[in-house]
Amino acid sequence: MELVLATAIGVMTGCGVWLILRPRTYQVIVGLSLLSYAVNLFIFGVGGVKTNVPPILVDDVPTTTLADPVPQALVLTAIVIGFATTALFLVVLLASRGLTGTDHVDGRNDPK
Amino acid sequence: MSGWTHHLIIAPILVPLVVAALLLFFDERQRVVKAMISLASTLILVVVSLALLRIESGPNDFDGVYLLGNWVAPFGIVLVLDALSALMLLLTALLSVATLVFSLARWHAVGAHFHTMFQLLLVGLNGAFLTGDLFNLFVFFEVMLAASYGLLLHGSGPLRVKAGMHYIAVNLAAALLFLIGVSLIYGTTGTLNMADLAARIPDIEPDRMMLMEAGAGVLGIAFLIKAGMWPLCFWLPTAYSAASAPVAGIFAIMSKLGIYIILRLTMLLFGEGPSAGFGADVLLYGGMATIIFGTIGVLASQALGRLAGFSVLVSSGTLLMVLGINDGAISSGALLYLVSSTLTISAFFMLIELVERGQDAGAIVLAVTMEAYGDADEDEPEEGDGVTMPGTMAVLGICFAACGILLSGLPPLSGFIAKFAMLSAMMGTGAIGVPPTATVWVLVVLVILSGIAALISMTRAGIRTFWSSLEGTVPRVLVIEIVPVMFLLFLTLALTVQAGPAMQYMDTTIRSLSNPRIYIDAVRNAAAVPDYEGVSSTNAGSK
Repeated sequence: MELVLATAIGVMTGCGVWLILRPRTYQVIVGLSLLSYAVNLFIFGVGGVKTNVPPILVDDVPTTTLADPVPQALVLTAIVIGFATTALFLVVLLASRGLTGTDHVDGRNDPK
Repeated sequence: MSGWTHHLIIAPILVPLVVAALLLFFDERQRVVKAMISLASTLILVVVSLALLRIESGPNDFDGVYLLGNWVAPFGIVLVLDALSALMLLLTALLSVATLVFSLARWHAVGAHFHTMFQLLLVGLNGAFLTGDLFNLFVFFEVMLAASYGLLLHGSGPLRVKAGMHYIAVNLAAALLFLIGVSLIYGTTGTLNMADLAARIPDIEPDRMMLMEAGAGVLGIAFLIKAGMWPLCFWLPTAYSAASAPVAGIFAIMSKLGIYIILRLTMLLFGEGPSAGFGADVLLYGGMATIIFGTIGVLASQALGRLAGFSVLVSSGTLLMVLGINDGAISSGALLYLVSSTLTISAFFMLIELVERGQDAGAIVLAVTMEAYGDADEDEPEEGDGVTMPGTMAVLGICFAACGILLSGLPPLSGFIAKFAMLSAMMGTGAIGVPPTATVWVLVVLVILSGIAALISMTRAGIRTFWSSLEGTVPRVLVIEIVPVMFLLFLTLALTVQAGPAMQYMDTTIRSLSNPRIYIDAVRNAAAVPDYEGVSSTNAGSK
């Protein structure tokens, strides 16, 4: 379970980093999205990987059988903020495409 | 609890937040109403932050911990007001008044929702200065960044959109690093509260310590991007010089926010204990590299906007270097430098727009720069109405000279006093009294060289703008545009005249920062407000 999660995060981060270094704006935004998925999973993972346990503290239940609720709350906030900023970035990309007529990140019109 | 004054702590966040929401109800055509509401909000912020500063530094022992939601410290989010955050709040409020008044002449009308975004930027800044919780810091950081994306694009044009795109991409990546750092710290220590975190660090097992330090390092990168440390700073001069003048003016405080958080966290988390001095070398050598890069940039800049952008880097580099040494007396000089350079750079960004207005003499030089860095902005806003400033060139020239003196650190203005305070502490005539080491000599040389570079390029720019202007056209400058610039420069003058009390305040601030125990105990012992009769609640007294 841990291995699958760690591999998934690693692969997504690798792809994300490669993509944000690419010259086309669409690649950059896909890269940023992948990176933010990886980060969201990472935040989720720091609370410990547990399945089928509630994040609710009840009397008489040992804390070892509980999931940590804080990373869940954090990841929710991070998803919302990441979504909003990515949407905003998309608008800026479209504006840049409209103004420069190319989807190069520097607004250049290279043949390659 | 000290009555209603205690609730003043949350006012710097609440007032602009409510005003920003309120402004959305007004149509863009009701520009005057929006401007007045926005201005009133910033004036309230000045009054509130002055009151907070007075209370904080007053004789009475002020409890600066504010429990949001009335949950005690490690469980709920806290706001903490101490001498440093009170100082930064006041600085932000003063800058916001000046830049907002400047924008009223024309800039606020060139796009939609300028005032809303401006107020939200203030929410983010003030929140980041006040919060005592790492994840809450992230939220306020994002509020500030989201507003700054909008403000940077304000006025549109290809140059701004391109600079804005780079700025947003860099900051989105930085936000992800921020999240990784925060979650690593949470994973190893189990807390996000800064005070609680500082108290827990000595008890971390060595194998977890490494992960915690890795988390802190990743977190630090996010702030260093904001502060503009050398290899992370290439976006900064372009973004700042592309922004419209009042926006660049308020952005001057944003790079200082990165410095503020690094100062706060290193003093709190790595001041003492097993990982004391963590990251100090990075700050020291990174600061040196930044100041060298900034100095070369200042010398190489043809356009005034880029000159100002590189001045931001020089100022960041100087501050980072000093944080790297982490010596009490030098740090208090650096705090004065922080205030002085922020005021200067903000005034300079606004002045540049006035000086370059309608100026064609430098067009050839500018054209070269524009070719290298993008297209010229075609759709500048139209001339505003209002009273024109008499004796324009004389006033502009004096302001320009004052900026030059401040940036290069010549007497008599506060730039000199701040640099003198730092240098004299470095040379050992100050508090430490030990002979300076080789590293310190390098710092001294770098600080002086950066001042000389600023002097050279400001003189060059001044001669080109004011003396060898070919056509002799006088820009039409309104009173409400030059007054904010003069106001900020007047503040540096006031800082010079009142340098004694100011330095005393900085000394107290640094002394309280270098004793994190006070901060930790204050946050941990903050008691929740007791319940009212008949209202049952589970959280009161849970400590």
